[in-house]
Amino acid sequence: MTAAIEFRGVSRTYGEVRAVDDVSFAVEPGEFFAMLGPSGSGKTTCLRLVAGFDTPNRGQVLLDGADVSSVPPYDRNVNTVFQDYALFPHMTVLGNVAYGPRVRGVAAPEREQRAREMLELVQLAAQGERRPAQLSGGQRQRVALARALINQPKVLLLDEPLGALDLKLREEMQIELKGLQKKLGITFVYVTHDQGEALSMADRVAVFNKGRIEQLAAPRELYLRPATPFVARFVGGANVADVALAQKLGEATPFAIRAENVDVQVESTAIPAGSLAAPGAVVAVQFHGAASRWQVRLDAGDTWSALIPETRRMNGLAVGGRVRLVWTREAAVPLTSS
Amino acid sequence: MRAASTFFWRRPYWYLALLLVPPLLWFGTVYLGSLFALLAQSFYRIDDFTAQVVREPTLATYQQLVTQPANVDIVLRTVTMAIAVTIACAVIAMPIATYMARYARGRMKALFYVGVMLPMWTSYLVKVYAWRQLLAKEGIIAWVVGKLGLTGLLDALLATPGIGGPSLSTSYIGMFLVFVYMWLPFMILPMAAALERVPSSLLQASADLGARPAQTFRNVVMPLAVPGIAAGSVFTFSLTLGDYIIPSVVGAPGYFIGMMVYVQQGTAGNIPLAAAFSVVPIVLIFVYLSVAKRFGAFDAL
Repeated sequence: MTAAIEFRGVSRTYGEVRAVDDVSFAVEPGEFFAMLGPSGSGKTTCLRLVAGFDTPNRGQVLLDGADVSSVPPYDRNVNTVFQDYALFPHMTVLGNVAYGPRVRGVAAPEREQRAREMLELVQLAAQGERRPAQLSGGQRQRVALARALINQPKVLLLDEPLGALDLKLREEMQIELKGLQKKLGITFVYVTHDQGEALSMADRVAVFNKGRIEQLAAPRELYLRPATPFVARFVGGANVADVALAQKLGEATPFAIRAENVDVQVESTAIPAGSLAAPGAVVAVQFHGAASRWQVRLDAGDTWSALIPETRRMNGLAVGGRVRLVWTREAAVPLTSS
Repeated sequence: MRAASTFFWRRPYWYLALLLVPPLLWFGTVYLGSLFALLAQSFYRIDDFTAQVVREPTLATYQQLVTQPANVDIVLRTVTMAIAVTIACAVIAMPIATYMARYARGRMKALFYVGVMLPMWTSYLVKVYAWRQLLAKEGIIAWVVGKLGLTGLLDALLATPGIGGPSLSTSYIGMFLVFVYMWLPFMILPMAAALERVPSSLLQASADLGARPAQTFRNVVMPLAVPGIAAGSVFTFSLTLGDYIIPSVVGAPGYFIGMMVYVQQGTAGNIPLAAAFSVVPIVLIFVYLSVAKRFGAFDAL
């Protein structure tokens, strides 16, 4: 099967800055593909390369098997939901949604009919005559979605589409987007810096760092088996032992250990067989509801955190006190030392 | 000092009053007051025998304005010139403003803004008289045209009835060139300001949805630039309508509204007619703006 999108050794540099650095990957048709990374990691540039707003300095971008590196955006069967929605302020909601068919020469009655259908799909049928400025953030987001879907693109690109919405609305829209993608069977490429969003929605996630892909895997794999220290920290919020720290802790190779797998104990307790331990001092305890995050400054150097359920009593332990972090060897994930 | 600050912090209306009353007094009396005093004059008339202003409300002066063919000619001539100048300014300004707002960065952008404003820093009179020299029969423009072997073309242009004349400096073409030169910055700046406010994601969205650059320009850029064009055209239109120096220094001998105002209030001593003439541009601008509004020019504001 031909990949919906394929990057072959793509680089995009701006002067000295390597925004995208020799990136290769393929997105399968019908896949929900997330590009995750901090700002400036190259994920948005990759999206712009797919949309055609930018062209690579090196390498090729293929859509449906055809090299589109020099094809302008208006000749690509790809549509985008913009971070700021980019709705045309001088057109009605209906005019915005009907814009794609309009510039492609579809007659007015037909394109309005199609636009109404799209608005129904995003549950905004009653708002067609309004201006974008009269809508709420969530409604604008839906208009942007309807406008991008009306051309029936093979690939829908979403650039941090939920970034401007509040938490509750964001969670609702996540479920809705995922349902829409299943229903339409379109390939979704979803750019976000929110690892929770990427993990909960995507079939596969590409984790970007400094213009490169650190790991490309399914969400569960990414969370349970991070390949690099960056992925372990950014996706799992895990504690990472680099080579030096691992050796001090009696391990040959670097590893990651997620906070929920680390226990906080008083120094006098015995270390169970098959477990590792690191002594340190409690720096802070943050209450998170179901659990508390204990920040412990290790004697070996780094500050690690342990997630302790509220159901556990932590008698005699407090900020400033001496403790020992304990975890089992099986829970530790070996990392490549990049 | 502290007590005074607290006093005004607690009473924001007093603070606003303190802020606004002095400038509003100045603006109200000096700008609007004198304008209405002038407008009131247009409802007086001049006694033909005594040459004295008769201070009784009458429409006789306006009747004189709209019924005397010479006066109607002056209004039509001025309005035609103002429309031509406005269109030419808009056409020339569009690519420049687009470049300034969308493509120029850093030093290049600063250079363009300074470049556009620089001509406005020199004396208006100097520029007008300089243009008369440039456009003169033995001026540099005619000389360059001659060197290029295009004198025949220039002569043919000057032979065009209505806009031609013995030389560029004594034709409506020359006057038109000077007007366009003078008012172009007033079109470029508001247009660039309007285009600066168009987020580039709107243009990307348009292309993304399948619009070719020409379609994006027509459907997205133009409608969003229209408030800027409208603002700029109010400048170019009203400045042309009211100017009396350019028509008296450069161009054909026909009178313009501004010259008429100057002559009527000065040598002719007919203040009511001068006032009536100066009402014409105000009325025209109002008409222009309401037509523009009717066509949705300000919907994107």
